[in-house]
Amino acid sequence: MKDLLDLTALEAHEAMVAGDLGAEEYTAAWREAAAGDELNAYLWRDEGGEEAAAIAVERDCVAPIAVKDIFTTEGVPTTAGSRILEGYRPPYTSTAVRKLLEAGAPVLGKTNMDEFAMGSSNENSAYGPVLNPWDRERVPGGSSGGSAAVVAGGLAPWAIGTDTGGSIRQPAAFCGIVGLKPTYGAISRYGMIAFASSLDQCGPLTRTVSDAALLLGILQGRDPLDSTSVGLEGGVSLPDREDLSGLRFGVPAELGHDEYDSGVRAVFEQTLKRIEALGGEIAEVSLPSSEHGISAYYVIAPAEASSNLARYDGVRYGMRAGGDGDLIEMYETTRSEGFGPEVKRRIMLGTYALSSGYYEAYYGQAQKVRTRIAQDFDGAFSKVDFVVTPTAPSVAFKLGEKTDDPLAMYLNDFFTVPMSLAGIPAISIPAGLAEPEGGGPQLPVGFQIAAPAFAEQRLLDAAYALEQGLSFEARPGGADG
Amino acid sequence: MADLEAVIGLEIHVQLATKTKMFCGCELSFGDEPNVHTCPICLAHPGVLPVPNEQAIRYALQIGAALNCEIAPRSIFHRKNYFYPDSPKAYQISQYDIPICGAGRLGEVRIHRAHLEEDAAKMIHVGESGRIHGSGASLVDFNRGGTPLVEIVTEPDLRGAAEAAEWARLLRETVRQLGVSDVNMEEGSLRVDANVSVRPAGSEELGTKTELKNMNSFRFLQRGVEAELARQRELVEAGGTVEQETLHFDPASGTLTSLRSKEEAHDYRYFPEPDLVPLAPTEEMLREAREALPELPVARATRYESMGLESDAAKLLAREPEVAAYFEATCAEAQGVDPRVVANWITGDLTAELRKRDHEEDFTNPTVPPAGVAQLAKLVAEKKISHGSGRKVLAVLVAEGGDPAEIVEREGLAQISDSGQLESIVEAAIAANPDAAEKIKAGNNKAVGAIIGFVMRETKGAADGGEVNRLLNEKLGS
Repeated sequence: MKDLLDLTALEAHEAMVAGDLGAEEYTAAWREAAAGDELNAYLWRDEGGEEAAAIAVERDCVAPIAVKDIFTTEGVPTTAGSRILEGYRPPYTSTAVRKLLEAGAPVLGKTNMDEFAMGSSNENSAYGPVLNPWDRERVPGGSSGGSAAVVAGGLAPWAIGTDTGGSIRQPAAFCGIVGLKPTYGAISRYGMIAFASSLDQCGPLTRTVSDAALLLGILQGRDPLDSTSVGLEGGVSLPDREDLSGLRFGVPAELGHDEYDSGVRAVFEQTLKRIEALGGEIAEVSLPSSEHGISAYYVIAPAEASSNLARYDGVRYGMRAGGDGDLIEMYETTRSEGFGPEVKRRIMLGTYALSSGYYEAYYGQAQKVRTRIAQDFDGAFSKVDFVVTPTAPSVAFKLGEKTDDPLAMYLNDFFTVPMSLAGIPAISIPAGLAEPEGGGPQLPVGFQIAAPAFAEQRLLDAAYALEQGLSFEARPGGADG
Repeated sequence: MADLEAVIGLEIHVQLATKTKMFCGCELSFGDEPNVHTCPICLAHPGVLPVPNEQAIRYALQIGAALNCEIAPRSIFHRKNYFYPDSPKAYQISQYDIPICGAGRLGEVRIHRAHLEEDAAKMIHVGESGRIHGSGASLVDFNRGGTPLVEIVTEPDLRGAAEAAEWARLLRETVRQLGVSDVNMEEGSLRVDANVSVRPAGSEELGTKTELKNMNSFRFLQRGVEAELARQRELVEAGGTVEQETLHFDPASGTLTSLRSKEEAHDYRYFPEPDLVPLAPTEEMLREAREALPELPVARATRYESMGLESDAAKLLAREPEVAAYFEATCAEAQGVDPRVVANWITGDLTAELRKRDHEEDFTNPTVPPAGVAQLAKLVAEKKISHGSGRKVLAVLVAEGGDPAEIVEREGLAQISDSGQLESIVEAAIAANPDAAEKIKAGNNKAVGAIIGFVMRETKGAADGGEVNRLLNEKLGS
């Protein structure tokens, strides 16, 4: 048998169900591994203290899991990476975590993230950046950077994160793991601290596509506590497709070569060849409105965020500063000290976009673009089964490289934002390694596959077949598979 | 200068009497310990989501049906953003461009819209003034926060303060009879704001309006609107212009103070609530809302008018179901009596008697059952007693109860219409008032009062007035 920590979550689960693996021993091994976090990936770990009582599982039968610190967990610190929620212990547990606990998956810890999920590098965390396990001078991506880093870095068998414009897929790509953003509504958002409510979606970050399927099966479902949730009809089965024959993969014609690095392009093109070798067909599709995706996204998401984050006012919970003067002074001091610069930037952007007299020009217009983008995908899916792109324009960049240039940072979401706006599922799987533009050791490159809404099963089946065909086995630390 | 016409529209907030709040499972309450009916959702903890209360939607549909509103097939919830401690999310979930109930009508007044929203928490400002300015601290009670509300907005169809108050009473009765709200103004389950403006009579354009808040009784509503109309008229007549502002009416002093001007108005940054899907009532919900409607005051008044009642009497009797039931029971007992006569007895003498005795318009548990009034009305209609005697009987009935016929007997009020008996009394009256008799003969009919007065004294009011007149005419040719 493999080393305990080398088992995939699915393998461990099957071994536990078969009685070949002791759940206690397995979970203890992962607790020990998590305790060795040198990546600043965990904000809180279950060390068996009192806090953990609220998240105890009846029986361990599913691999323990790392949870992005955006999911409320009763009694357990939940900060969303923000100073304003420092010390906050929610009085209730999110639906996603509850489902994990009910399935028998103990929570290993809460992972670091960009503040309120706003960021593409994890440098916006109030608790310091997460380091990329492949190269500790580089970012793990964001905003679910902690969740991606723990899975890639051997600090957790698997994790959950959230994706608003790419926050699962891009860090999965940067860390060389699988990241799935399900269809909007597939998984309950109840207890998932809101960034942009019409876009936020919970999803798995895993080592393999099968693990992602297992986790999605646990998490998905209509939740009476989330009016926008619908679940996935028929649930999710483990993928077992061996080839891609009869499947058509659409490459957007608008995918110019300027948007992404040559190393990424090389891996992308190799992957297209691999698809053909597996019997799949490559076709060109047109997504003319996608180029406006970033603009629309950076109006809609901040607009919703400006409203979602208004509740952090120092009155009921979390941090409070000032208040010796009057109410307004307390609001201003609390929010000035509690929020980081990127959060403040987006609150201001969003407030402006919703203001009387500007609403139609910004929010109204952005919603029209959003509708167009969704229509583009509808059109594409009438011709092909999937749309494929690189997940991110580059491999993981260096810490501090883009912190002074928000627009360059925003462009990281170029390939992932259109699917978020359309509400459709998309998965990033590791497809190969490439040298960064400036040179240096090779880093993972993600390949993104998008499918029509609620076609998760088909998406996972195809991703699984491609994953087997690619047999990407590289691990951080130079072990080149 | 042309006369200035008042133009008034009302905005009415109705707290729905559901079991739980609009978007969470907390119980509704009034007067409980502060902050006991709260949960992560209505305290706006991070990550929570709203789930609409189905009963509140059904109640809103009933209100829409009662107000003859068009129901939107898909209405949208919006967020109304503002920072204040009474709003824990810092936005109120309300409806904006597509409310659940669109255009409608109640009586003479058109309804602009009616929409669903959630109530704010209650602020208590510690200190002498009870208002935020000058208070040492402010406390928030979240028990009320999230209570379902329907906000009803009228078109500016009202033309006076009294008319506004009268219509607001009709609306309250209508909503009360649906059973969807306590409609208690003192407790705040019914809150009325008024938009007030003036314009030259006959003009079609609307003047600049002010919004009056905090009128927690119909009397204060009327007084507040009167005060504001007087202020605007004086201002305009002196050549000034009305500024758009929100005003607070203090009933104790009768004064209006400005809460905020147009410049200080909030930008609520409305946008569609992404946590909720469009509200699409099913056919079953719409049907149930229509079928749940009892006969409401306006429909009942129309029915009474078709029975021959004057419009005012019909509306008065139709407004409260207890009064309406009393009226209808009385009509049923008083077979053969014109309903108009029954209506007159109830709206006139009976109401006056009840008021005198402090049973103010209490028709729920009346000292006189409908049968008593019916019997009385019949005795008068059949000329067994005079109208004046009838009023005396009614006074006794209200004071002591009993049987009208027995009271007539006991008090000797049976009408004397026997000509033989009356003739001798009339002759005695003429004899006792010779001057008056001469004047009547000379054509001065005013003098007849003295003679009739004599007859009525002699008969203790039991004489049939018509018969007395006939006899006088015969004898004096008057």
